[in-house]
Amino acid sequence: MTILQIVEIVVGVAMIVFGILAINTKKLINSVIFLSVISMLAVVSFMLMRAPDVAITEAVIGSGLVTAIFVFTLYTTKKAGEKI
Amino acid sequence: MIQYLSIALMLVGIYGLLSQRNMIKLIVSLNIFEIGLNIFIVSIGFVKDGLAPILTSNHNSSALLYVDPLPQAMVLTAIVIGVGITALALALARKLYKTHGTYELDEMEGE
Amino acid sequence: MKQVVSILLVLAVGFFIFSALYFPNQGDSAFDSYGEVDLDERVSSSFIDKNVTGENDEVVFGESANLEDGSANYVTSVIVNYRSFDTLGEVTVLFISAFGVGLLLSGRRKKQAFAHQPNFILKYGARLVFGIMVIFGVYMFSHGHLAPGGGFPGGAIIAAALLLLYLADNDFRAKMKAFKVTEGIAGSIYVILGLLAIVIGGYFLMNFLPTGIVGTIFSAGLIPIIYVLIGLKVGSEIAGIVDSFLTVEVEK
Repeated sequence: MTILQIVEIVVGVAMIVFGILAINTKKLINSVIFLSVISMLAVVSFMLMRAPDVAITEAVIGSGLVTAIFVFTLYTTKKAGEKI
Repeated sequence: MIQYLSIALMLVGIYGLLSQRNMIKLIVSLNIFEIGLNIFIVSIGFVKDGLAPILTSNHNSSALLYVDPLPQAMVLTAIVIGVGITALALALARKLYKTHGTYELDEMEGE
Repeated sequence: MKQVVSILLVLAVGFFIFSALYFPNQGDSAFDSYGEVDLDERVSSSFIDKNVTGENDEVVFGESANLEDGSANYVTSVIVNYRSFDTLGEVTVLFISAFGVGLLLSGRRKKQAFAHQPNFILKYGARLVFGIMVIFGVYMFSHGHLAPGGGFPGGAIIAAALLLLYLADNDFRAKMKAFKVTEGIAGSIYVILGLLAIVIGGYFLMNFLPTGIVGTIFSAGLIPIIYVLIGLKVGSEIAGIVDSFLTVEVEK
C-alpha cells in the first residue's frame, strides 16, 4: 500500500462524511459550504487519477462559481434583518 | 478503491434526494450525486502507472502508457452542463420562494 | 420513519449497482476492474495513435507532422476534433439554460446592494487582479491544444474575474448586451466552420486546415480557433448567469 493509495482512501471517506453532513445540517449556508468542500476534495481525487484538465475545470466551476450562485440565491431571498 | 467510494457518494446523493423536503437541500443533493458520478466515470478510464494524457517533451511518444482520454473528455463537458442545471434549478427555487415565502415543500399551500 | 425508508431504498439500489458491476452471475463482465484496463481493446487507442481515419503508428512530440489531428493534449483532440458534434450540442444546452435563467429572473431590475461598503484598496486592487485573470483565461483557451486547460475552464476563469468586480464594487454592472452579441457571434461561427468543413472535406466539423509539427503553437489546424470560440461563448454565458443572480426586481 503506497502513500498515494492512503491519500485516495482518506479523500474518499472525507467526501462521504462531508456529504452526509451537507444533507443533515440545519442551516442552509452550512450545507452549501460543505458542498464546496466536497468539490475541493474531488479535485484532489481527479489529480490522483491523472486527469489535470478535469481537475482545473472542477476547481474553477465546482467550488468557485456554483458556490457563488448558491450564496447569492440565499442572500437575495433572506428576510430583512436576518443573517444567512 | 476510489471507485467503490464514488459509488457510495452517489448513494449519499440519492439518500438526500429521497429524504429531504427543502429545495436548496435537494439541489445540493443533486450536486453531490453529480460529483460522485463524475469521479466514477473518470475512474473507469484509469490505468495503473499510466501518465496524464498529454504529450510533453519529457513523455514524448504515444507508445508510452497513458490513461484513457475519452472518459475525461466526457466529464469535462458534463461539469459545465452541471453548472447550467444548477443555475436553472436555483432560478426556479427563487421564483417559488417569491410566491410562497418558504423553501420547504411541505409548507407550500396549493391554490 | 422517512429516513429509515430512504436508507433501506438506498441500500437496495447500492446492492444492485455493486452486484451488477463486480459480481456478474453468468458470462464475462464487460466492466474492467479499477486500474486494470487494456487500452488496446478500446477505441481510445486509435485516439492516442491518431489513426482513426488513416494509417499511423506512433506520434512523437516535436517530430511527427501532418497528422489528421495535431493536438498534443489528447483530451482536447477528443473534445474539439473527434467528438466536436457532442461539444456543439453541449454549448447549445448551456445556452438554453442561460436563456431560461434570464427568462425566469426577468423584469425591471437593479443590482442587489451588499450590506458593507467596499473600501478604496479593495475596489482598485480588484481591478488590477481583473486584468491578470482575464489574461490568464485567454492564455488558457489559446493554449488548450498544448497544455492542460482549454475553452471551458478558460471561459469560467473570465466569468470568475467579472464576479470579482461585481463583489468588489457596489456600482459595477457589466454590459450584458455586448455579452449576448459575443455569445451569438461565437456560436454562429462554430456552426459556419462546421458547414464549411462539409464543403471542403466532406464531413461536418472536419479538421480541414493543415496541421503542423506536434507541439508547436500552430499545430492543430481548426482546434485553437474552435476552442477560442468555445471559451468566449462559455465565458459570456456564465457571466450572464452570475449577473442574473445578483439582481433583484425593483418594487413599484
